[in-house]
Amino acid sequence: MRVGIVGIGMTAFRPSTPEYSWKELMFEAASRAYADAGVDPRTDVDSFLTCAEDYYEGFGIFDEFVPDQLGGALRSVCTVTGDGLQGLANAFMQIQTGLIDIAVVEAHSKASDVLTLDGITEHALDPIWNKPLGAHPFIVAGLEADSYLRETRTSPKALAAVVAKNRTNALRNSLAAYAAHVDARQVLASEERFAPLRALDISSPADGCVVLVLASESAARRRHADPVWIRGVGWASDSPTLETRDWAQAVYAQLAAQMAYRLAKVRRAPTEIDFAEVDDRFSYKELQHLEAIGLVKKGEAGRNVVKGEYAPDGSLPVNASGGSLGCGNVFEATGLHRAAEVALQLRGDAGTHQLDGVRVGVAQSWRFIPSATGAVAVLGVGR
Amino acid sequence: MRKVGVIGAGMTLFRRRLQETGKEMCFEATKMALDSAGLTRGDVDMVVNGTAPDAFDGVHMKGEYLLDGCGGYRKPYTRVFTGGGTGVFSTIAGWWHVASGLADVVLVVNEEKMSSCQPHPQSVFAHIWDPILDRPLKPNLVWIFAMEMNRYMHVHGVKKEDIARVAVKNKRNAVGHPCAQLADANITVDDVLASEVMAWPVQRLDISPPSDGASAVVLASEDFIRRRKIKDRAWISGVGWCIDSTMWTDRDLYFPEYVARAAKQAYKRAKITDPRKQIDFAEPYDPFDYKELHHLEGLLLAKKGEAPILTREGVTERDGDLPVCPSGGLMGVGNPIAATMGQKIGELFWQLTNQAGKRQIPHEVHTGVAQAWGDLMQYGSVVVMSS
Repeated sequence: MRVGIVGIGMTAFRPSTPEYSWKELMFEAASRAYADAGVDPRTDVDSFLTCAEDYYEGFGIFDEFVPDQLGGALRSVCTVTGDGLQGLANAFMQIQTGLIDIAVVEAHSKASDVLTLDGITEHALDPIWNKPLGAHPFIVAGLEADSYLRETRTSPKALAAVVAKNRTNALRNSLAAYAAHVDARQVLASEERFAPLRALDISSPADGCVVLVLASESAARRRHADPVWIRGVGWASDSPTLETRDWAQAVYAQLAAQMAYRLAKVRRAPTEIDFAEVDDRFSYKELQHLEAIGLVKKGEAGRNVVKGEYAPDGSLPVNASGGSLGCGNVFEATGLHRAAEVALQLRGDAGTHQLDGVRVGVAQSWRFIPSATGAVAVLGVGR
Repeated sequence: MRKVGVIGAGMTLFRRRLQETGKEMCFEATKMALDSAGLTRGDVDMVVNGTAPDAFDGVHMKGEYLLDGCGGYRKPYTRVFTGGGTGVFSTIAGWWHVASGLADVVLVVNEEKMSSCQPHPQSVFAHIWDPILDRPLKPNLVWIFAMEMNRYMHVHGVKKEDIARVAVKNKRNAVGHPCAQLADANITVDDVLASEVMAWPVQRLDISPPSDGASAVVLASEDFIRRRKIKDRAWISGVGWCIDSTMWTDRDLYFPEYVARAAKQAYKRAKITDPRKQIDFAEPYDPFDYKELHHLEGLLLAKKGEAPILTREGVTERDGDLPVCPSGGLMGVGNPIAATMGQKIGELFWQLTNQAGKRQIPHEVHTGVAQAWGDLMQYGSVVVMSS
């Protein structure tokens, strides 16, 4: 049974949203998604999933606060404590059982409410082995970037090219928080933070919410919808301990892509996939992820980005939305935002950042520091 | 839809376990469950983790932290979280992993380590309230459950003695459970009624103890069970989950409508039209003794206000007509929130496959129901299993 995306709703991504509560952000994105799909959440939706972590939300049990603003009170609702794409994968499975016809996936960020964002990330480090070292958690990204650059012989200039591309792409996305004319020189001149990463290599937090409405093929037919099909999903985790994981390669993304391609019957990803939205919360992650999900050979992503291959008019447009560097880091909503962007492109609804003639796209996510967990979704239109 | 069976279960000792990390407890439960199913980690396609507030363990993204202990290394792994409802909900998530056709064998591992929360895990519950409407009143869980218990007693004219009988039954049932924390063969109703008052009408022995522990179950598709000729299996025949509004002050607390809706979903899927006749035993969530009664009514196994009468008449005893919490429940075995899957899903598996040992229901049972409850008195998750 095929599963499709029939509704997309997003708020704008902004560095802070003082006039909104997180409930209002959720309400706005959900209302947009329901209007887009033409569904009434109180009667048509069988299942609601939210993707959230307690510490980001500032609650002991965030699941309590989900139902009302989504229209899910006295209905089936649950929390997937993971990235939005993991939520999408669970909704996909719920529909595949045949029990659920229409499911809603929600993920959001209200990072501007959090006073100690770095402290929370630090709190995710192993409490016995790593946290007592007292270092800033972003050193994990710095060390990993270093390991990636060395092993693939990639130049730091490639990282700067990623930042310049994504920040500039974001200028054409009206929802993006950090759109700017940034060039590689400015990136390389920005302050060194977690070597080899510089200030501009690191995405900044943003607030925002994304809601997708998923439907089974028969439910989509009944509603005369023209869905974006979820051809395949995959998710996987490498070792959670820093000491025993692969630092140069994103093994989690590689495994997740293998699973998603298997379900989507994608044999040769580079020729079958038209464009990609991958996690770029640190600049090197975009390159590392592109190689892990098999869109380019190991060590070539850096050279390609410098040559402009990943620009919107390049051979493989990557993060035409602006990515997290351009739109902002929306934490657990990051992967769902990428899926929403891929779906908009495939529907031809991406507005000023629309790509030409795209039929199959891939969205990829990572659960941020210090995790080694990620997910991949292959979306397509037509048969 | 593919048929899904439970083929193995494991459960650690429930105690204040200062020597072990959460990962180690997960490993112990996972190993036991895999051993009991006769499988190894290589047979497992995907892993689901269930664990309640991160603040208990004091680790952000707790699911990621517990990953290797749960056997999730380099596998598709997800954590789900529906407050206390996670105890049964994670099995529902595991069920859709298999029923969807994406996996043949799924490990479900639940963990809770409450002892690392100082001075008492209750302090985490200071942060589960609406920050504007509730938190300034400084409520705690015992306080609101006292309100719910009071409302239930008031509407049906229930006596405290009849509620105390649940505590006595479950603590006695827990005798012989190898993981039990508060089993007591000699406890009486008078002991419960004489225990310290926490927030009237809740007394100390009306409450289950906080605890550390982990539990795990192995789920598999019908094909896999046939192919491997696995004999000890119990089928998941129905699942349901439902949440009520966050605004608990707007609800009448005397009846858990959300449990009733989850139960109706599960019964419909399990083709159960008359639950009282078709269900042989139940494992409702019993973190407080009155909750067992409340949930029996929510599960439509008793009419509204009838559960205390069934308890007084002995219907819910292990040898009664409708054994309830034959495991000893949370009241007797302990309450490491999500890890209570061991007394709920685990107990259904052990009873239905005749492996419950001293706790085995003396007469033949074919269908059981497990239920958990969570969030702000608003979440119901229900699983029906059959032999």
